[in-house]
Amino acid sequence: MNPITRIGRVTLRPVVERAGFTVALGLQALMLFHHAGKRRRSLLQEMYTVGVKTLHVVVFVGFFIGMIVALQVGLQLATFSQQESIGLLVAPMMAVEMSPLITAILLAASVGSAMAAELGTMKVQEELTALEVLSVNTVSYLVVPRVLALTIMSPILAVLATWVGTLGGGVIAVTQLGLSFEGYIHNSIESMRVLGETVPLPKYLYDGLLKSTLFGFVIAVIGCASGMTASNGASGVGRTTRTAVRDSIILVIVLDFYLGKVLLG
Amino acid sequence: MSPDPIIRLTDVHRSFGTQEVLRGLSFDVHEGESLVIMGPSGAGKSVILKHVIGLLRPDRGEVLVEGKPVPRLKVRELRELRRDMGYLFQHAALVNWLSVYDNVALPLRETTRRSEAEIRKKVEHTLELVRMGEAREKFPSEISGGMQKRVGLARALVTDPRIILYDEPEAGLDPEMSNSVSRMMLRLRHELNTTSLTVTHSWPCASMVGDRIALFEQGRFLIDAPPAEVLASDIPRVRSFFDVQK
Ligand SMILES: Nc1ncnc2c1ncn2[C@@H]1O[C@H](COP(=O)(O)OP(=O)(O)OP(=O)(O)O)[C@@H](O)[C@H]1O
Ligand SMILES: [Mg+2]
Repeated sequence: MNPITRIGRVTLRPVVERAGFTVALGLQALMLFHHAGKRRRSLLQEMYTVGVKTLHVVVFVGFFIGMIVALQVGLQLATFSQQESIGLLVAPMMAVEMSPLITAILLAASVGSAMAAELGTMKVQEELTALEVLSVNTVSYLVVPRVLALTIMSPILAVLATWVGTLGGGVIAVTQLGLSFEGYIHNSIESMRVLGETVPLPKYLYDGLLKSTLFGFVIAVIGCASGMTASNGASGVGRTTRTAVRDSIILVIVLDFYLGKVLLG
Repeated sequence: MSPDPIIRLTDVHRSFGTQEVLRGLSFDVHEGESLVIMGPSGAGKSVILKHVIGLLRPDRGEVLVEGKPVPRLKVRELRELRRDMGYLFQHAALVNWLSVYDNVALPLRETTRRSEAEIRKKVEHTLELVRMGEAREKFPSEISGGMQKRVGLARALVTDPRIILYDEPEAGLDPEMSNSVSRMMLRLRHELNTTSLTVTHSWPCASMVGDRIALFEQGRFLIDAPPAEVLASDIPRVRSFFDVQK
């Protein structure tokens, strides 16, 4: 085999195989979502864990992101004496773009990585094999509760980030741009009232919800799939955790761009 | 003519990379029979068991269990077949976030429609059988390796399988406990007519539970015969392996 073919085979093959496994796992999980009732105990447990692990971080980071957006955009607007319109910008930007994205990154780092580590440990200690031998459906038993929990919690956390981010923007509007808080909030609420063309619901809200729901799903599926394909003992679990975080962040950002294009267009 | 065997391997070959682990392995185990496989560490004994339960597929050759071609079964059919089988893992492989009780209850909860009360009765009975009743609320990380092994055994037995694969049932147990596990294996056979395939490094265990004992080395059985014949064998390698045991 010539060296180039060899390099291609060695580097590409695992990537393609892992991608295939991940997609297949995602589809299987989707088809077993109706097991949610049977799995409600572990589902609630997972949702609780996601909430406890990330709520405070999402609030903290969301607030700062809101301040950052308001400061940067506000100062630009101020050069045209347009700073009053800052209220019309922060909330939609948070809702559509910043909240889904930062929530996704925080979830990938804290929850997706934990899923990969948990399932990875089970894999290398033959626990997954044992479940298979016991005729336990591992997708229904392990993957469905995790994926569903993150798919539900991601939009909830994103909405929360939008609220606190808008408040953060308000702080900047008052302290740095010299606006009234009431006016800012009034503008924020007005801006969110814009309805979509195809769906008569607040456009920015459902664009953001759609994105963050999808991001939650993607992060959980990648976390679970990475864990389930771990090998080579403890070091393999470490590696699988890193690749899970890296891959889900990359995919979320790429998806964010294309979804943005579709939703705007 | 004897009836069809419950487990039949015919000319099974399997390699990992360049390492040939199974090289034309063939054997039969009939209903109610117990075959013990012994052999050097790393020879591929666990690999044999994994072929029987469909975790590994042969490169070549046939694996039949209850007449069904294990490597070619669909996921659903394999799941169905595995309900008749119990597998004791060499390293117990308990689910680390479930208590001892929940580990043993898991196969019943996941694959049967029994009520929680029925499950409780069955699980407690099985835990008593392996003398782990006291530790039912503990987690795998809180009990010793030998205790984990016994819980693994309880989990393999709780569904009343017709075919049981034991991977080193005595490993990590003290001689007394090891002996009591061997007796339990015997009792299961006599009471429920289970068919079993056992991998072990312990001659006392092998001679107690085995109708036949096989020595596996270099991808095949060097001998497959009743214990007395194995001891009397004049194949040099068989003699040297079992001389140490005696
Ligand atoms: N999934 C696998 N991938 C690659 N190699 C494997 C795999 N499973 C087993 N092997 C190799 O096959 C050989 C036999 O392994 P196996 O676990 O069956 O040994 P064993 O006879 O059970 O030994 P022990 O008595 O120590 O348990 C080993 O050299 C092992 O490295
Ligand atoms: Mg072994």
